[in-house]
Amino acid sequence: MGTQSQHNTTFSPETLELVKRIIARYPEGKQKSALLPVLHLAQAEFGGWLSTETMDYVASLLDIKPIEVYEVATFYTMFNLKPVGKCVLEVCRTGPCALRGSDDIIEHLQKKLNIRDGETSADGMFTLMTVECLASCGTAPVMQVGDHYIENLSCESLDEILDRLRAQHEQKAS
Amino acid sequence: MPRIHIDHREYDVRPGRNLLETCLSLGFDLPYFCWHPALGSVGACRQCAVKAFANAEDTNGKLVMACMESVADGQRISIRDPQAVEFRENVIGWLMTNHPHDCAVCDEGGSCHLQDMTVMTGHAYRKFRFNKRTYRNQYLGPFLNHEMNRCIQCYRCVRFYKDYAGGHDLDAFASANRVYFGRSDDGVLENEFSGNLAEVCPTGVFTDKTLKQHYTRKWDLTSAPSVCVHCSVGCNTLAGERYGSLRLISNRYNGSVNGYFLCDRGRFGYEFVNVSSRIREPRIPVNTQGESWEEHVHKATEVFRGTRIVGIGSPRASLEANFVLSRIAGRGNFYHGVSSSEFELSKTASQILAKGTVPSLSLKDVEKCDVVVIWGEDVTNTAPMLALAVRQALRNRPMEKSIAANIPPWNDAATRERVQQERGPLVIGSYGTTRLDEVASMTFRASPGALSRVGCAVANQLDDAAPLAGTLDEEEQAVANEIVRVLRSARRPVIISGVSSGSMEVLQSAANMAEAVRRHNADTGLVLTFPACNSLGLALMEGRPFAELLHEEQDRRGTLIILENDLYRHADPRTVQKIVALFDHVIVIDHTWHETARNAQLVLPAGTFAESEGTFVNNEGRAQRYFQVYEPVNGIRESWRWLLTLGNALGVSQKGPWNSHDEIVRALAASADVFEPVMRVAPSANYRIYGQRIPRQPHRYSGRTAMSANRSVSEGKPPEDRDAPLSYTMEGTRLPPPSVAIPFFWWPGWNSVQSVAKYQDEVGGPLRGGDPGIRLLEPTSKAPLYFSVSAQKPPEVIVVPLHHIFGSEELSVLAPAIAERCPKPYLAAGPMTFGMHTADHGAVMRLEIHGRMLTLPVVVDPAMPKGVAGLPVGLPGMEYFELPASASVIMQLQNAE
Repeated sequence: MGTQSQHNTTFSPETLELVKRIIARYPEGKQKSALLPVLHLAQAEFGGWLSTETMDYVASLLDIKPIEVYEVATFYTMFNLKPVGKCVLEVCRTGPCALRGSDDIIEHLQKKLNIRDGETSADGMFTLMTVECLASCGTAPVMQVGDHYIENLSCESLDEILDRLRAQHEQKAS
Repeated sequence: MPRIHIDHREYDVRPGRNLLETCLSLGFDLPYFCWHPALGSVGACRQCAVKAFANAEDTNGKLVMACMESVADGQRISIRDPQAVEFRENVIGWLMTNHPHDCAVCDEGGSCHLQDMTVMTGHAYRKFRFNKRTYRNQYLGPFLNHEMNRCIQCYRCVRFYKDYAGGHDLDAFASANRVYFGRSDDGVLENEFSGNLAEVCPTGVFTDKTLKQHYTRKWDLTSAPSVCVHCSVGCNTLAGERYGSLRLISNRYNGSVNGYFLCDRGRFGYEFVNVSSRIREPRIPVNTQGESWEEHVHKATEVFRGTRIVGIGSPRASLEANFVLSRIAGRGNFYHGVSSSEFELSKTASQILAKGTVPSLSLKDVEKCDVVVIWGEDVTNTAPMLALAVRQALRNRPMEKSIAANIPPWNDAATRERVQQERGPLVIGSYGTTRLDEVASMTFRASPGALSRVGCAVANQLDDAAPLAGTLDEEEQAVANEIVRVLRSARRPVIISGVSSGSMEVLQSAANMAEAVRRHNADTGLVLTFPACNSLGLALMEGRPFAELLHEEQDRRGTLIILENDLYRHADPRTVQKIVALFDHVIVIDHTWHETARNAQLVLPAGTFAESEGTFVNNEGRAQRYFQVYEPVNGIRESWRWLLTLGNALGVSQKGPWNSHDEIVRALAASADVFEPVMRVAPSANYRIYGQRIPRQPHRYSGRTAMSANRSVSEGKPPEDRDAPLSYTMEGTRLPPPSVAIPFFWWPGWNSVQSVAKYQDEVGGPLRGGDPGIRLLEPTSKAPLYFSVSAQKPPEVIVVPLHHIFGSEELSVLAPAIAERCPKPYLAAGPMTFGMHTADHGAVMRLEIHGRMLTLPVVVDPAMPKGVAGLPVGLPGMEYFELPASASVIMQLQNAE
């Protein structure tokens, strides 16, 4: 497993407080209902992916069996079960984006970063993922990076976007 | 009764059903995957699509999923509509895109629902030319093989394993084209019913791993209807043989007993039939000469002629064998091969069933109950299929809500959504942790004395006439009040208890409870479990426990015949040795070597259930016939046949002038009123269908002329069965046999076990002609049968019996797959069992029971109350102890590591 699995598997006090609030939304004994939002919190807090230890920790928080967490986490593509880069590039490849050249975008990214779909660049900065419709067909081709959409992509604009994303993360790190 | 139109013809159908089960019940072939008669509909696979029309004028119609539509009067549907036909073919085409087409090397081939459905829909050619997705398979333990590449994502496995059987360690992972059914990692599937996945899975993802050791296609098996010998429930099984070894046990549907399922002990315990510790030839002490084994034995035993003959019968031998032995021994000389306490308990239990007012329930009836009280039993380990029935019963109370919301019970997805995790009341009174605790609404862990006090108090609160058995403390009173409350709220309550607790007080208090509830509710039922497959049958016979032989005059020596019994499992070694020493000659008839057989002078090899026919009485009181699967070889004979030989040799044949199984059954039926119905359990050996026997082999049986060519190039004459209307060949009637004599389920186009629908009155209902078996005991009394329970003063530490589904039963534990799951001997203790000495996991304890010392490692059961310790019974390497018993000397030899 990657270096991220070294993390201390407990939420920060603030997140724990948030988890308690989420669980309190549901009737007593139905704490399993909080699983999806808690998994999102866990993915955000523990390096952008869910390790087995992280999922076991979530199971213990919700008092359910670990296998119940695995079942849900493996179902949804937005949960990463392997370590990812600091920046996950989710490129849409559904019809409208494909018509507007998403294949070229994906190929360009693969060449530039020297990775294939689902892999992470050697410097650990970028992970490339192809996804289905992001519901922004009017500005195709489009990709999602974290909470942001980057629209009307072209091979030319991509280089600049990648540099910007790299700079942003380096700034954040320092 | 709704009238529906299917392809322009009218049918009157049962209301409340869905279209799929209705069409199948009417005899139509409609393909399906995700639906299962016991699991209901979820509408996931889209395979059972039919065209539904709005009215007689509507010619367009629309496609609907038959499994998700209720039948309604005036409904018009078409199965043959071209659009529906094409849709169904396309659905299977999609399902097959990832299927590996490896039928030739797949264990499921020839009994595969996916094969049948593919052929049925006409999807005969591969069109998919891309790569297929592949998976890594998992190790799932000794019972099941895992081959995920074959999966067609019907979700039946997890629906059975999690929803129906309450398992926790099998799940569906991922989505879309990556769906995976398995555990989170390699490991043994824990649930006691996991083996059913081999039948629930419509293709070869989960297959029987024990079958793989000696693989045989379904069509190459010689099969016969059989009855499981591994507990008292008496599940109906199909046993299949080839090349003289037993290959496979599969479910034989019986709507009143086991339905569509079996437990893992019953499915995988069969290999005791094939193990090397079988007795295969007679062991005769003197040199005799004779043509046949019969002559040898005759000559060897002639010398015993004229001596007094004493017989010890067996709770795991058939009624017939026990009956012949009792007649050879004669009145007063027939003893039951069970411990004195088990004898008293079984007798009492049989009296409760015969002389009380509460009827014993079949498993099917238990599934209909809405409140369950289990008293002193760990049913998952003593009568596993009963535990599965209880799990279904707990759905009834919350399902009242979904039914009120107009959700039909067959609509599984909607029903489970409405019911969520809600369960009906289940109260468990036990010595310690039981597997059903996780679904119980209340658990009460106590000593036998406390259990009986509370049980009697419950009975007394419900009916003043029921006697009390001592005063309750505050906690006990609260438990009693709660039980009274849930029992009063019940529409159909059931009390479950039995012999496995080892305690007469517990059994009697449970009976008192049932009798008292019955005063309030005529739908009250009772289930009592017994230790062995024919314990109740034996208990209904005359005789005394064999330990009483010790108290007889010691100078009357003679010949002792021990039938299918290892006495060392029923009494302590010293008692057995003393009893055996009383006799000049000891003859053992059994199929497997054990201490008792090794010490006998004359040993005769008996057929197991697979090599003989006979009748067992299950815990419900249902007499059930099992048929010989294959003709035994070497010196192996049916027990009853050896007994006839012995009877002749010993000069007592006039007591039983019988030559065939039918004649014995007739004599048995005439011997006592209770056995009279045994005559009608199965047709006699002369029964024919249009002059033809019922073939044990399917018409596709292969290799018949070649399979013995290594011994002789000429094909031998197949054996003739003089004792049953079945033949040992593929020749015979093609018509469906009577329900008791179905040797395999097969129907044109339906090669898999799903063909059972064709043998039922309606899908999920009884087999045509009624489910097999006849109940021997019905409550006759009008007045309640109450026991005055004498609560014993509790000793400081009482050791109670604990049971293991894998390990406690004598025969199944000989099967390698079961032995792998068997625990090592241990002593179970709670944190407070020994008062000041805290029991630690792994600590080694030395204690004295009945004057014998016992040294065992401790396994902590946090639920075990103060003063109660548990000893697993029957595990290999453990001597017999009569339990419950007080343990007087205790010391800790070694601390936990």
